[in-house]
Amino acid sequence: MAINKHKNILDYTLQSLLRRKFKNTGIILVFTFIIFAVSSIILLSYSLKKEAGMLLKYSPEIIVQKILAGRHELISTKIKNEIMGIPGVSKVEPRYWGYYYDSGVRANYTIIGIGVSGIENNRLIKGRMPSANEKNAAAIGREIADARIIKKDIGDSLNLQNSEGRWMEFKIVGIFESDSEILTADLIIISESAFKSLVGMPEDTATDLAVRVANETEIPTAARKIKELFPYSRPILRDEVIRTYDAVFGWRSGLILAMFAGALAAFIILAWDKATGLSAEEKQEIGILKAIGWETSDILEMKFWEGLVISLTSFMCGLILAYLHIFLLDGFLFAPALKGWSVIYPHFNLAPFIDFYQIAILMAITVLPYIASTIIPSWKASITDPDTVMRG
Amino acid sequence: MRDEVTAVKDVSIEINKGDFAVLKGPSGSGKTTLLSLIGCMSRPTSGRVLVENRDVSRLPERFMTKVRRNTFGFIFQQFHLIKGLTVSDNVMLPLYPTDITPSELRKRAEDILNTLGMSDRKKFQVQKLSGGEQQRTAIARALINNPAIILADEPTAHLDTHLSEEFLSIMRNLQQQGKTIVIATHDPLVYEKEYVNLYIEMRDGMVRGAGRKH
Repeated sequence: MAINKHKNILDYTLQSLLRRKFKNTGIILVFTFIIFAVSSIILLSYSLKKEAGMLLKYSPEIIVQKILAGRHELISTKIKNEIMGIPGVSKVEPRYWGYYYDSGVRANYTIIGIGVSGIENNRLIKGRMPSANEKNAAAIGREIADARIIKKDIGDSLNLQNSEGRWMEFKIVGIFESDSEILTADLIIISESAFKSLVGMPEDTATDLAVRVANETEIPTAARKIKELFPYSRPILRDEVIRTYDAVFGWRSGLILAMFAGALAAFIILAWDKATGLSAEEKQEIGILKAIGWETSDILEMKFWEGLVISLTSFMCGLILAYLHIFLLDGFLFAPALKGWSVIYPHFNLAPFIDFYQIAILMAITVLPYIASTIIPSWKASITDPDTVMRG
Repeated sequence: MRDEVTAVKDVSIEINKGDFAVLKGPSGSGKTTLLSLIGCMSRPTSGRVLVENRDVSRLPERFMTKVRRNTFGFIFQQFHLIKGLTVSDNVMLPLYPTDITPSELRKRAEDILNTLGMSDRKKFQVQKLSGGEQQRTAIARALINNPAIILADEPTAHLDTHLSEEFLSIMRNLQQQGKTIVIATHDPLVYEKEYVNLYIEMRDGMVRGAGRKH
């Protein structure tokens, strides 16, 4: 193993790159921007999907809604027992939820009323969940705590206007933690009775019913039987919700990626043009190196290092910038297009999920072609006699 | 049909170890091509080039390169230094693709630059040097692999008389150390030197005359 030989060639490559620092810096900047843009979209859409999936895994297997004239209506809680009678169903719970528009901060909040069984996935930053019989207690998402001009904390009051226009005062008893913010950022949880008072919901009704089915294979059958028993109902399976999230984020990220495909193509053409047309100076340099005793393989090794250093530096810079952009700066450049409704809903932070498979593919379609486009023309120049190259 | 030019033909010469040989003749006479053939930089379409009785002209490219690196030191007419690199880096170029350690590589370059009085210029970028300094850098580069044969193509073409004398003095010194010198030139200042012991006169790609002085 001629380790020193490779070290020497690498050393020469780095000096070579520094000699053309303006040209190489230009290539690195363009390359970095492309990787940054595409990686940002990949990281953002993947994190949105993962975050949604992570939270939805706690959701009930089936949600039963009432549909009237194609629209979601309040459902009677009296049908609970009939649904419990369906084989495989282990639990039926009414859910109380809706949206509350806060004109003060111009944002919609998701508001949930909880009964005696509480809710699952109730991890909090601090404090506790309100109990079923607490009329004036609330747990809130971090973004609601931060969104108000005067920041809210445990022990502070949160005033909400009910359906009759009267103000209801809630004491904040808990604030949600941040690693699952896609759903909890804009969340207000109060007791079931407080929810009904707030929105003016009639007795014996709920927003929908959450149905638990112990055996995964029985879920479609249970959903079909619910539909047969209550033709006005719409049973929604958890898997369908996850698929919808995937489709929505996949479609949006696909649109943006399509826009950047043009930029990517332009860069590939630029790289190809740069690489295929060796300048007279570069050709002469290869000729000199060959004349003084470099083998073709040595020149190819040097060109390989050159391509690798430029493309890998750009790739890593682009990827790190994309990571910082998405997970520290909330993806402010692309998030509005991908989140869609986030302009109305409160802002939230994403947990950092990385799809290594997609990153590896991005690396394969950018770094490898760049290295190849650096090596191939040099190979053509270096297989000819050095005398010819030098005179040419 | 390709346009083919026969640059040299019917050439049969023998250069001995320790010779100070001059290939002389006007521009276009084939001197550079012959030098290129001797130095394994190109291959003859027919005929042989023997280095220490070994036919190197039919060697695979890899072995030919090794012969070129280990046996020859080249000094080109235009110097062919790589711009943007320092004097020291240019001198080290031939030994980069070898297993020599970086510290040994630097030491060798420094030693040769010292010998040629260029040590104070080692960190200079070559394009900032004078013509004479550039040529001494080119000589240092030709010597770093301690070659047995030094080939120089029109080395005094861009030098004034003083610098030409200085160059020839260095070559003479190397010859006295046992190296073989082959210079292609049409400069009388070179071929009229008393220590030049082999003349090969070329015209129209052919040897028109050859002779030994001593």
